[in-house]
Amino acid sequence: MMKRNRLKFTIISILVGLLVGAFILLAVGFNPLEAYTIMIRGIFGKPKYISWTIIRSTPLILTGISVAFAFRTGLFNIGAEGQFIIGALVATLVGYFWNLPPVIHAIVAILMACLAAAIWAGLAGFLKAKFGVNEVITTIMLNWIALYLSNAIVFWDKFKRPNSEASQKILETASIRLPKGINFLGDFFRAPVNWGFIIAILVAILIRHILKNTTLGYQLRAVGFNSDAAEYGGIDVKKNIVISMAIAGALSGLAGAVHVLGVTEEVSVLAAMEGNGFDGIAVSLIAANSSIGCIFAGLLFGGLKYGGYKIQPAMGAPSEIISIVIGIIVFFISMPKLIEMLTTLRARRKRGGEIESK
Amino acid sequence: MERLSLNDLGLIIGISLMYAAPLMYTALGGVMSENSGVVNIGLEGMMTIGAFVGTTVAYFSGSPWLGFLMGGLAGGVLALLHAIACVSFAADQVVSGIAINFLGPGLALFLSRVFFDGATMTAPIPLQNKIPRPMNNLFTKGSFLDLVLNQYATVYLAFLLVFIVWFLLYKTKIGLRIRAVGEHPKAADTLGINVFRVKYLAVILSGVFAGLGGASMSIAVVSNFRATLISGQGFIALAAMIFGKWTPQGSMWACLLFGAAQGIVVYLGGTDIKVSSQILEMIPYVLTLIILMSFVGKATGPAANGVPYEKNEA
Repeated sequence: MMKRNRLKFTIISILVGLLVGAFILLAVGFNPLEAYTIMIRGIFGKPKYISWTIIRSTPLILTGISVAFAFRTGLFNIGAEGQFIIGALVATLVGYFWNLPPVIHAIVAILMACLAAAIWAGLAGFLKAKFGVNEVITTIMLNWIALYLSNAIVFWDKFKRPNSEASQKILETASIRLPKGINFLGDFFRAPVNWGFIIAILVAILIRHILKNTTLGYQLRAVGFNSDAAEYGGIDVKKNIVISMAIAGALSGLAGAVHVLGVTEEVSVLAAMEGNGFDGIAVSLIAANSSIGCIFAGLLFGGLKYGGYKIQPAMGAPSEIISIVIGIIVFFISMPKLIEMLTTLRARRKRGGEIESK
Repeated sequence: MERLSLNDLGLIIGISLMYAAPLMYTALGGVMSENSGVVNIGLEGMMTIGAFVGTTVAYFSGSPWLGFLMGGLAGGVLALLHAIACVSFAADQVVSGIAINFLGPGLALFLSRVFFDGATMTAPIPLQNKIPRPMNNLFTKGSFLDLVLNQYATVYLAFLLVFIVWFLLYKTKIGLRIRAVGEHPKAADTLGINVFRVKYLAVILSGVFAGLGGASMSIAVVSNFRATLISGQGFIALAAMIFGKWTPQGSMWACLLFGAAQGIVVYLGGTDIKVSSQILEMIPYVLTLIILMSFVGKATGPAANGVPYEKNEA
């Protein structure tokens, strides 16, 4: 499909999503204009809100790139959720237990988190390559194993913070936050601004480069496009499946690491999945599996979630409307055929009108 | 370590059955849809809306059975969306399913806040309005048979449904049509089968079953809906369906395995064996991975699963 068309479909889907959301709000007695105004003010009203939106979007951008990367190579990484959990856990462990100089500590924590999550996801790739086990089922299982593993380790008495449902905080040296007290751009730096967003942009560019300009990327895409043809062409399909899952895992692990090192500084006991990985699937779909697109889709998603959260206290409207809007957006993105039909219908009617008026 | 008594075993089996039932309904939903060639990753969302609608209708009407049916219906409505996208508009089925997984929980929590004064938790239905237990008071309280058989009616219905779906798929004309459409839609079309109608039927039924699964959770296993009630069970049912190689009976065994793990976790929680409950909770998933690796191997679904069927395609 043409790239420009794809962008057009995406924009139409987003508009339809917001419109349906407005109707639903109206149906249960809330003023949709008021709700969307609160949301927009909640995102752009103060510099601090903008920085919070970016902070909230960063992990979604990275899990989005993770899912998109796997999709491009023919794999469905439903396991971004678990890889995120592993990344967050390992980053916290390294951040708390190891004593390293500043900067180096953060870099080591990030690399270890990526490595652990790469192995975690690589396992799913290995099971698919070696035993032909569907990666959807293995990554779902690995998500749950990651969740309980993380909880078990948080409950470990050397790691758990007394009287809390969370781990110890990472050491100052492992933090990727910007130093406090920057008075620039109003209260922009009042939020926990960190290097995560810059890292996410660099990673998006790197992934695009790998897929487009390297032999590895060519092989991975070939496997995704037609694995039989790729194998005939001499590409080691099995090896590529493992590599692809491992890279996807590293990206989600990175998301977990920057979230911990930049924002939460700890991992909590998880009662249920938090959704960072599942949201990443939606981000990837909105971005049409383009890593650069994930930056924008992630910002959109993060903005909707952060701004949408504010309609609850402000007007009592359920903030879950955002999940519905996102669902509708993704729903329409799944059917380019419908939007294509609608737009050609409009064009035809327009043309018909012109002929009549002649 | 104390020895496992007969009653302990009964407790484990009983709890296993109770937790397996919601998964069974939902996995059967997956079986229906995917045998007709439509991938249904949206089971999670359909199950969630079923759980919410089921318990809410039961709460306001006072009738658990009406709630149960309405839960199924709600799942069916979401599935209709999935069917419209996947069957009529050749949508990417995974993408549409993901959309359903945002819509289902989103709608459930949204409506919960509307109906229950801003709470993401519905009011609990009174005990006498829960799904009945047909074999209550039949056996001595706490005896082995009582622990195993004194189940909510929805548990028995789940097993009945396994049989019904099996019979439908393998012993009736419509079942043959569903499978034909899933394996080779073009051939089925040539033979005069209305591919679209069959797919619609299978996908909607799949949502109904998933909705019943959710409702059987919120009206029987517990007595209200909350944000974390379903969280992930739809995906486990999906995994169980793949694990069961897309057959109703295979899915049933896989669901029983997940249920059994839950039963063991609950049992060990009540003894003085000190094992981290987190580690115990992990076991069924680890076990599934090992079993998949060693016994099941390559899981292949229906041949045309996930491929949109477009009639006028050359």
